Amino acid sequence: MSRKWILPLILVLALTLVLAACSGQKATEAPKAEQPAAATEAPKEEAPAAKEKTVVIGFTASQTGKYNVSSTRQTTGLQMWMDDVNKAGGVKLSDGTVIKFKAVSYDDESNKDRVQELYTKLATDDKADFLISPYSSGLTAAAAVIAEQYGIPMITTGAASDATYQQGYTVVYQAYTPASRYLTGAIDLLMNLDPNAKKIAFVYENSKFATGVNEAAKAYAEKNGFDVVLFEGYDPDTKDFNAIINKIEAAEPDAILGGGHFQDGSTFARQLYEKGAKVKFISLLVAPPEPTFAELGDAAVGVTGPSQWEPAAKYSPEAAKAAGLEWFGPTGEEFTKAYKAAHDGEDPSYHVAGGYAAGLILQKAIETADSVDKEAVLKALDATDMMIFFGHIKFDTSAENHGLQIGHDMILIQWQEKGGQLVKEVVWPEAGATAEPIYPIR
Amino acid sequence: MGNVLFTSAIDGLLIGVIYGLAAMGLTLIFGVMDVINLAHGPLIALGMFGVYLLFTFLGLNPFLAVAIVAGLGLILGVIIYFIAVNRVIDAPPLSSLLSTFSVNMIIIGVGTAMLSTSSYNVDYSLGTMNLGFFKAPGARIAASLVALLTTALLYLFLYRTRPGKYIRAVANNRISAELMGIPSTRILALAFGIGVMLATVAGGLIATILPINILAGGSYELKSFVIVVLGGLGNPLGALLGGLILGLIEGIVPVFMKTTWVPVIEYVLFVLILLVRPQGILGAKE
Repeated sequence: MSRKWILPLILVLALTLVLAACSGQKATEAPKAEQPAAATEAPKEEAPAAKEKTVVIGFTASQTGKYNVSSTRQTTGLQMWMDDVNKAGGVKLSDGTVIKFKAVSYDDESNKDRVQELYTKLATDDKADFLISPYSSGLTAAAAVIAEQYGIPMITTGAASDATYQQGYTVVYQAYTPASRYLTGAIDLLMNLDPNAKKIAFVYENSKFATGVNEAAKAYAEKNGFDVVLFEGYDPDTKDFNAIINKIEAAEPDAILGGGHFQDGSTFARQLYEKGAKVKFISLLVAPPEPTFAELGDAAVGVTGPSQWEPAAKYSPEAAKAAGLEWFGPTGEEFTKAYKAAHDGEDPSYHVAGGYAAGLILQKAIETADSVDKEAVLKALDATDMMIFFGHIKFDTSAENHGLQIGHDMILIQWQEKGGQLVKEVVWPEAGATAEPIYPIR
Repeated sequence: MGNVLFTSAIDGLLIGVIYGLAAMGLTLIFGVMDVINLAHGPLIALGMFGVYLLFTFLGLNPFLAVAIVAGLGLILGVIIYFIAVNRVIDAPPLSSLLSTFSVNMIIIGVGTAMLSTSSYNVDYSLGTMNLGFFKAPGARIAASLVALLTTALLYLFLYRTRPGKYIRAVANNRISAELMGIPSTRILALAFGIGVMLATVAGGLIATILPINILAGGSYELKSFVIVVLGGLGNPLGALLGGLILGLIEGIVPVFMKTTWVPVIEYVLFVLILLVRPQGILGAKE
């Protein structure tokens, strides 16, 4: 080839690489079903009756930017809780004061810097009494700094990362199961199903979230005597998993754990099936709980995945009693029914449930403290040990991990075939299970 | 170990043929008219969506859809040639780079607006082929066979037909060819059309086995560049060889190290070839 072409060719290649990198980022923000933005304004203020006190709850929502869909759902859940509580007459304290809630919220544009500005504004200008986190671990980490700085109690939701609770904060409490425990339930289930299962292969997306989850799960597996026969990350853009599947087959694991996000996880499950790989147990992050995972058809059968919450989860006052815990708030059925009625029959996602749960946790703490004094509420939060429709809620109170969620467990769902249709069944924990797990899958 | 190596190598070769086919489209256009077609990736993506739409909405067999997409690709290629390439054919390289890049941006823009950047799947399966020592999805094997068949047809066309001979003549020396009475503009348009056709066929075949999105062509365009340089710029047979080599690398490297090393090795090889043997393994066109 003539020399004059070498330089343009290299330039072209560099340019294409850059473009590919940019487009790759774009591709990860695949738009999902839009949902009308929830009203963030407070319900109209009523003339304050005697001894009625309005408590300001501050938070930001990502009305724009990449977290738009999930954040909007979370806000919808929180708003649902607030409407329910205010409609029921608020929280009545023993001295006769009636507490009503008012939301003050801004659009954080899915942007960390905006989060810090806005939480500062919420703390100073709006005099928020309590805070709820934005959606996502990254934004929540930014908001937690401000909450701690002003000493305002904050319930975090939609934020699974463990790191935020290892900074020595004292006023931040996590509603979600932390990332480090995302896949440990799957390992528990595997031990329960097959005491002879010894070999696990971890195949995960090279992203911060998935790597963190898988490293924690690997440590947990090794602690429980499993042999990790493969521990390998793949590029987030991976479309062809054949090479990795060959490696998995060579390692002959009893279980495959890993995944990352929706696209890679569903492609991986599909190709495992098409390749005819022998799979006894598989659990993947994020993808399986999504309803669209069913489009994989036969390839979806038997695939399990952790979810923060599912409408089918059987957390009930009876289950709470059996576990020796106090029950608080509506049941999952009531919550699901109310949401469906307001949203054209759409099932609530765990983001909605997480938003509602954050409100419930705060409400319970205020009731227990019998006051809205910050110190008293913090004390009540530390002592929280209850079951709500979202699951068991209890916080770590040690100095190293203060506020980390230790009560709530991930639910493990499995796609099963029932009467020619694919249905999502809860298979773990046993207390919330709706069906017997299939094992081995094929 | 031996078995994994064997399986991985076959898997690599199966996908490598398709990479080679995509690269042939790029190299043919360059070989005949010295134009680097920067719209190559989006055209691959159009091929993917052509098959996806024909399969999903008309219920056509995806391999039949590939044949239809091939025809449409040829026509589209000729149209693109007359709109974007013909008037810059004799201009310095930068002009044709810019004009094909514009085509690239137009396709990506319209495609993103209409299809978004979400992923789609051609939900089609030919089951799993199991030979005991080797298993592969049936669709993957079928796609590779179609790619091989297309390559064979391209060679028959270039070496056994009159228009094929014209294309080779124009590639060799356009002025002499014109002096011999060959209508060079029409032949160039035909060559461009065939190049685009190859890109869309490769895209269509990829759609039968892997998930697609409108930006997915980009990664195959990158691979095509590497392959073309490996095999020799402007040499279609070299492109096939380069594709097989790239496929083998993708199949075998993960047996020994993490899959994330694959692109590193591919691009190191790319730079090495440029430095040591810039004409490629089989040599560039004369």
